[in-house]
Amino acid sequence: MTTQDHDVEEARVAERVERRWATLSIAIIVVLAGAAAFAGIHQATMPQGRVETIQPQIIHLSGEFTEANLGSAAEPDGSVTVRAVGQQYSFTPQCMVVPADTPVVFRATSPDVVHGFLIQGTNINTMLVPGYVSEIPARFKQPGEHLMPCQEFCGVGHEGMWAKVKVVDRTEFLTMSSKNRRVTCVE
Amino acid sequence: MLNSRRLVLAHFWLAFTVFGLALVLGAWQMFIRSPLHTWISNPEWYYRSLTAHGTVMGYVFPTLVAMGFGYAISEVSLNQPLIGRKWAWAGFWLIVVGAVMAMIPVALGRASVLYTFYPPLIGSPFYYLGVVLVVVGSWIWVALMSVNLHAWKKANPGAPVPLPMFANVAGSYLWGWTAVGAALELLLQILPVAFGLKSTIDAGLSRVFFSWTLHAIVYFWLMPTYIAYYTIVPRAIGGKVYSDTMARISFILFLVVAMPIGMHHTFADPQVGAGFKFIHSAFTALVALPTLLTVFTICASVEIAARMRGGRGPLGWIRALPWSNPIMLAVAFSFVMLGFGGAGGLINMSYQLDTTIHNTQWITGHFHLIFGGAIVIMYFAIAYDLWPHLTGRAMRDLGLMRLQLWLWFVGMIVTTFPWHWVGILGMPRRMAYYDYTDPAVAPQAVSVMLSAIGGFILLASGLLFIVILLRAQRAPREEAGLYRFSAALHPPVAVPALNSYALWIALMVGLTVTNYGFPIAQLALRSDTSVPAVYVGANP
Ligand code: HEM
Ligand SMILES: [Cu+2]
Ligand SMILES: [Cu+2]
Repeated sequence: MTTQDHDVEEARVAERVERRWATLSIAIIVVLAGAAAFAGIHQATMPQGRVETIQPQIIHLSGEFTEANLGSAAEPDGSVTVRAVGQQYSFTPQCMVVPADTPVVFRATSPDVVHGFLIQGTNINTMLVPGYVSEIPARFKQPGEHLMPCQEFCGVGHEGMWAKVKVVDRTEFLTMSSKNRRVTCVE
Repeated sequence: MLNSRRLVLAHFWLAFTVFGLALVLGAWQMFIRSPLHTWISNPEWYYRSLTAHGTVMGYVFPTLVAMGFGYAISEVSLNQPLIGRKWAWAGFWLIVVGAVMAMIPVALGRASVLYTFYPPLIGSPFYYLGVVLVVVGSWIWVALMSVNLHAWKKANPGAPVPLPMFANVAGSYLWGWTAVGAALELLLQILPVAFGLKSTIDAGLSRVFFSWTLHAIVYFWLMPTYIAYYTIVPRAIGGKVYSDTMARISFILFLVVAMPIGMHHTFADPQVGAGFKFIHSAFTALVALPTLLTVFTICASVEIAARMRGGRGPLGWIRALPWSNPIMLAVAFSFVMLGFGGAGGLINMSYQLDTTIHNTQWITGHFHLIFGGAIVIMYFAIAYDLWPHLTGRAMRDLGLMRLQLWLWFVGMIVTTFPWHWVGILGMPRRMAYYDYTDPAVAPQAVSVMLSAIGGFILLASGLLFIVILLRAQRAPREEAGLYRFSAALHPPVAVPALNSYALWIALMVGLTVTNYGFPIAQLALRSDTSVPAVYVGANP
């Protein structure tokens, strides 16, 4: 065999090995994207799908996010809706109550700048962007307390913007909500 | 041929000087927000520092490295004197002026908006103008790379463009286009408000514009590192590039698929609907492909070097590698960090897992590991490799160089592993202090302390790096010989579709338009979602 033949043969081997690796790489990627699609279709945790707008400057004055309407509301179908507002540099309400083992929907927005909405120890984590409503479905397994920091820089007071989420027993929540239209744990 | 030494050196020295300064700020931030320090009395200082650190490390430093390296690549690989050297100096000075203009309001506390801007927070217009000047300076470089390539092509019709230049120009086009997103945000949205011509701004739209830049900028940071993997490492350790074609395919893939995926940064945002989030998520998976290909080709190239040095056995060849060579050490560390960082990246890009770590300290840990670790350690290697050719002086501190690289690697692991962990515990990012006395936060204290210690190791390594460069600048003169890039095992004869960019640029722009056009148009046409600007530092 001449050196030239040898070179050509070598190049062919190199190419074959390489092609195998490229195929394997593509397979890995297809599996990953497929897994995401599968989990998405079967309703695992999903990023918010629907865009809902709201006029940021007047949320305090009328509509869903007026102060009296914030907090947890028991819905006729047994689920709970929690409405909250994040503003420089606090959340209203500062302490939210939800029942354990119940479908909960958080609806929140911001009247000023971008804030974050993260409940520690859960995978509830979203952005509050003025002009838009963020909606997150959730379900808490056990009673307990979670910290809820703002996770996006929102100005010089950002480090002080923490709220709390208290998960209570379902019956306890129902007693609370029979006394008040909107429930919070703000003292 | 390396004629424009002063030009390249100027870029590198400015890059590493601002890097050193920003590193000091980084270490200070780590210390301040850790339990090693009591609460900072004025948190505003923390955000000034964070804005400066992020702006320098994200925009100024990597851009200067890419530009300086790019000019060197153009001259050496094309063997042609740089066309437009005056313009190159103009670009350099624009960056100097821009960086100073941006940093003055930051230092005065008039622009503590962080490097991501996120309106409706609005700082001094000079901060944004400074950033714009830095970008315009880098666009001059993009144009020059194109001009130089075309002059060479005219003189060498039909010849394959040398791999280093091919990759370099791909990187420059990617940057030219990806910077457009932030440029549009600055020019159309932020600057009119910063100058007081308009008073409201749509925060949702600006986040989408910024995501256009935010993802692909990562690949711009990474380009010099990948170019070094392919075209410096094999030569430096006595081997050859396993596959020239695969290298070209990887760079083209970056050019095409790095762009239309940026909305994975808005998975948690309410202003983008499910359809485009999912499309961007699927495209994001594709961008792993060039990295997988690169890992294979570089490992194979390194193995070739080992076998040429007499290495044997399925894994025994690893021992035959020139471990005392700093470039070998750097690439090994870089790959380890790339491996860990890449695994973390798979979690970030996942449509579902992202919510567990979105905007937590996991993210800061992740990008320090990949960017500060895997990428920047190769910037060090590039400087070490080029330095003797730039200064005409010997570089003899091999022991110090190895120590510096070891410190950077160990420091990065010690800093970023606990940083990831507190992220999983839900620690939010960008806060000047944390209440470690709160029982729910207390478990994070030890990890944050570890990170801070790692930060000091990194600071030591970074300063040592600068000392090594300074010492080399004063070493005795010594002719370093001709600078060469790695040869391919099977040098390309003809590379039909992989020798020009027209088709790939068309794809890059086309995919950007399909993946971004509709969401941007939809947000821009909405009039009821704008908010009044919130000026930063207006009432001190
Ligand atoms: C090459 C090295 C580095 C690069 C490229 C880099 C880059 C960055 C960037 C882009 C940010 C984001 C700023 C922001 O969120 O607004 C950042 C944040 C930060 N960096 Fe670095 N950095 C590097 C080294 C370091 C070092 C050595 C340390 C520590 C000693 C450090 C500590 C920090 C800290 C504490 C933050 C703020 C995290 C937070 O509060 O959320 N960085 N860095
Ligand atoms: Cu905040
Ligand atoms: Cu990204």
